[in-house]
Amino acid sequence: MLKQIEGSRAVAEAVAASRPQVICAYPITPQTHIVEALGAMVKKGELNAAFLNVESEFAAMSAVIGAAATGARAYTATASQGLLYMSEAVYNAAGLGLPIVMTVANRAIGAPINIWNDHSDAMSQRDAGWIQLYAETNQEAADLHVQAFKLAEQLSNPVMVCMDGFLLTHASERVDVPEQDQVDVFLPSYEPRQVLDPDDPVSIGAMVGPEAFTEVRFLAHERMRQALDLIPDVAADFRQWFGRDSGGLVKPYRTDDAELVVVALGSVLGTVKDAVDELRAEGIRVGALGITTFRPFPVQAVRAALDGDHRLRRVVVLERALAPGSGGIVTADLRAALTHETVNGTIIDTVVTGLGGRPVTKKSLRQLLGRAVLGDLPEFSFLDLNTGLVEAELARMRATRRSGPSAENLLRDLG
Amino acid sequence: MSYERIKFYQTGSFAAGNRLLPEDLRSVQSSDTRANTLTCGHRACQGCGEALGARYALDAVMRATKGKLIAVNATGCLEVFSTPFPETSWQIAWLHSLFGNAPAVASGVAAALKAMGRPHIRVVAQGGDGGTVDIGMGCLSGLFERGDDVLYICYDNQAYMNTGVQRSGATPPAARTATTPAVGSEPGNTFGQGKNVPLIAMAHEIPYVATATVADLRDLEYKATRAMDFHGARYLHILVPCPLGWGSKPGDTIKVARLATESGLFPVFEAEAGQVVSAAPIRHQVPVTDYLRLQARYAHLFHPQERTEVIARLQAAADRNIARFGLRRRQTKEDHPERPLLPLAATDHTPGER
Amino acid sequence: MFAVRFHGRGGQGVVTAAELLAAAAFREDRYAQAFPSFGSERMGAPVMSFCRIDDKPIRTREPVTEPDALLIQDPTLLHQADLFDGLTADGYVLVNSAKGAVAPDQPRYRAIPASRLAIAHLGRPLPGAPMLGGLAALTGVVSLDAVVAALNERFTGKVAAGNVAAAIAAYELIAEVSTNA
Repeated sequence: MLKQIEGSRAVAEAVAASRPQVICAYPITPQTHIVEALGAMVKKGELNAAFLNVESEFAAMSAVIGAAATGARAYTATASQGLLYMSEAVYNAAGLGLPIVMTVANRAIGAPINIWNDHSDAMSQRDAGWIQLYAETNQEAADLHVQAFKLAEQLSNPVMVCMDGFLLTHASERVDVPEQDQVDVFLPSYEPRQVLDPDDPVSIGAMVGPEAFTEVRFLAHERMRQALDLIPDVAADFRQWFGRDSGGLVKPYRTDDAELVVVALGSVLGTVKDAVDELRAEGIRVGALGITTFRPFPVQAVRAALDGDHRLRRVVVLERALAPGSGGIVTADLRAALTHETVNGTIIDTVVTGLGGRPVTKKSLRQLLGRAVLGDLPEFSFLDLNTGLVEAELARMRATRRSGPSAENLLRDLG
Repeated sequence: MSYERIKFYQTGSFAAGNRLLPEDLRSVQSSDTRANTLTCGHRACQGCGEALGARYALDAVMRATKGKLIAVNATGCLEVFSTPFPETSWQIAWLHSLFGNAPAVASGVAAALKAMGRPHIRVVAQGGDGGTVDIGMGCLSGLFERGDDVLYICYDNQAYMNTGVQRSGATPPAARTATTPAVGSEPGNTFGQGKNVPLIAMAHEIPYVATATVADLRDLEYKATRAMDFHGARYLHILVPCPLGWGSKPGDTIKVARLATESGLFPVFEAEAGQVVSAAPIRHQVPVTDYLRLQARYAHLFHPQERTEVIARLQAAADRNIARFGLRRRQTKEDHPERPLLPLAATDHTPGER
Repeated sequence: MFAVRFHGRGGQGVVTAAELLAAAAFREDRYAQAFPSFGSERMGAPVMSFCRIDDKPIRTREPVTEPDALLIQDPTLLHQADLFDGLTADGYVLVNSAKGAVAPDQPRYRAIPASRLAIAHLGRPLPGAPMLGGLAALTGVVSLDAVVAALNERFTGKVAAGNVAAAIAAYELIAEVSTNA
């Protein structure tokens, strides 16, 4: 049903329509509205599920592990510090092959503590073995959750749906919220591959030594490979039942004859598309490639979008997270995915943008892309970096040993 | 044909089973239809108290629940020796997730069973002292606070045994472990505040808390069974000597456990909703040295010279337990109708009695 | 595209106002996006919220830096240096103030005693609804009917009735000034 609705609320309704049986979460900004909405639905009897308020994120993921192993459809949500706190259990869930669905309301990781949006949280768990999907809009955020349950259960692999904290979670926009009867047709009930059943007991969670560990891990990788085939199928199924495109592996936008393509994940793509349209109107052949599925990394889909077109000269990767000492995270995966020829013939520039919630503006993007087209962009840079501020701190640090906490110094300089 | 003369004990708590007893009073282990929840073939050490305790506790729970049970296990000795890949000695539905999350995982299992409309299936979570007292404490307290329908069993061998005998929050003062070595001027574990999890559980006022040891296996069976009479969060704390970590003889496991209770160092009691309702009386109190001498982890208290002041402190702790829990005589709920059975003053202690 | 920026203090319903405006636009079959300037929730701190309205899907996510209209729910914010930043040349300004027009010679600048209207009709100084009524009259970006419908959807009973009455009163204030001007 078409509604003007807050993103968190739309997600809660989509999750509720997916008939989860156990919901268990710990509050953290900016995920709170999702879980609160679900809690209210359960309390009012609108959603028949067990709703568990637990004492930490570690407990939250642990509880949904127990629930999923028992054969219940289980859901949780977190962000930032909370995702890190449950990290051991995040890996455990994937290793055990449990089809848990989790919303990550993308938020920066401290220190310094920061409640605003970037992708550092989900990126920190990119190797945990979860499928990672990034929503571009609140419509997609709602839709991806429905698809996520289907994916997770078919593969016996947990799925993380990433939606930008605040930018999506707290934005009210038009969403066609998936309805119960639609979801019921699309999403069958959970048939576990493994289950704790007193009438047919199994032991789950054995220690596996050198003799079989590699094989178990191979199978995890194999599940990811299967996901590459399944994700487009699920998206196609979704399209058939719901009448719209949502999800999938990648989303090319005006890339066909582009000489420059901007690669990005998440809601920044909206602003990017506006910038692309403006530049196109001025005759500059720019396009964008949204990566919806980040894990597994859609190598073939990315190649298909970028490879082989000799008009493509440049790729600018917008990173919403930073790997200190290394640089771009998406860039690394992208480079690995592209063929030798494309990598050598195409300039790939990395731009770190919007860390800790710094707005990414169309104006900035236009300037950035203007420079990129002229070949005036360094291989690695930060968008809108306040160089004066960092120079002052570096100078302070050179001048005295006891220079004090950097973050506080910067804030003081900013006034 | 050679034969051996056997001494036969009539009824009483130390008999495994006796045809003269009504069936429900016999040990679960005497039944040939017992669940054998933790069946043979596991890799526990010779004389492992935990394997013994787990077998008795879980078979009792299985009888009480007619086999409708799911178990969640923390990482630790029990988990490791019971599931050496590719084998398992568990004959029930069993899940191992992580070290510190068994209580939370069990909460999730219980929630799922409720949501799926299968509340007749019960849940047990279990772990060693490490996974319970230290790394699992947050999750354990959360389980208690919510009152999720889970029986949590702690097998307390008083250190992180699986990883090589490192000290835990349950390691008693003066005990040697790999991280509290018997060297220097104050060898062994320091005298800290300790962490009495049964009392913490009672502070949560959960329906049932009990302690037990492998010295009195019938009592252990009774408590595991009794725990399943209740719904909500329940806690069972079982002292399980570890020959390897304690440096005791494998054949002495039950004896050492008995000395722990008879000295007063490990009080055996039951509590309901935060009030002690029964405490096992000490028949003949033994000095703590009887207990300590059997374990190499306390050898430094006797050699090269006897550390009388340390032993005296341990003795004082034992005496305090006896006073606090009233272990000199049989106690019942009627003795303490309105107040918790934990007098802070030594008024319950009869002076001079020893 | 019409972009509105709301200024106020935490607790004055600045976020709700933006959402209600979006809801009103939705009722008229238009696309709308509303979101707050995000921060820890503290009463009394200056806050902003934004609302974009368009006839096609709104893709951009950045804060509104070039507002077509500014709604200032707390006049004590007027001294803030950057309050009017980016206001378009023919942008509208609506201030919650009982002291008369902000800049009387600017036909697109208006002041209405929104808090007073709120107290009179609703019993509480929550100026959001009357400000929206005033915005409808001043800019026509949404109709009064749409504002009323959005209020009735969001609130119930006396609260809805009070908000609606305050919104209508504010609308009429602006409308009659415009007629008289």
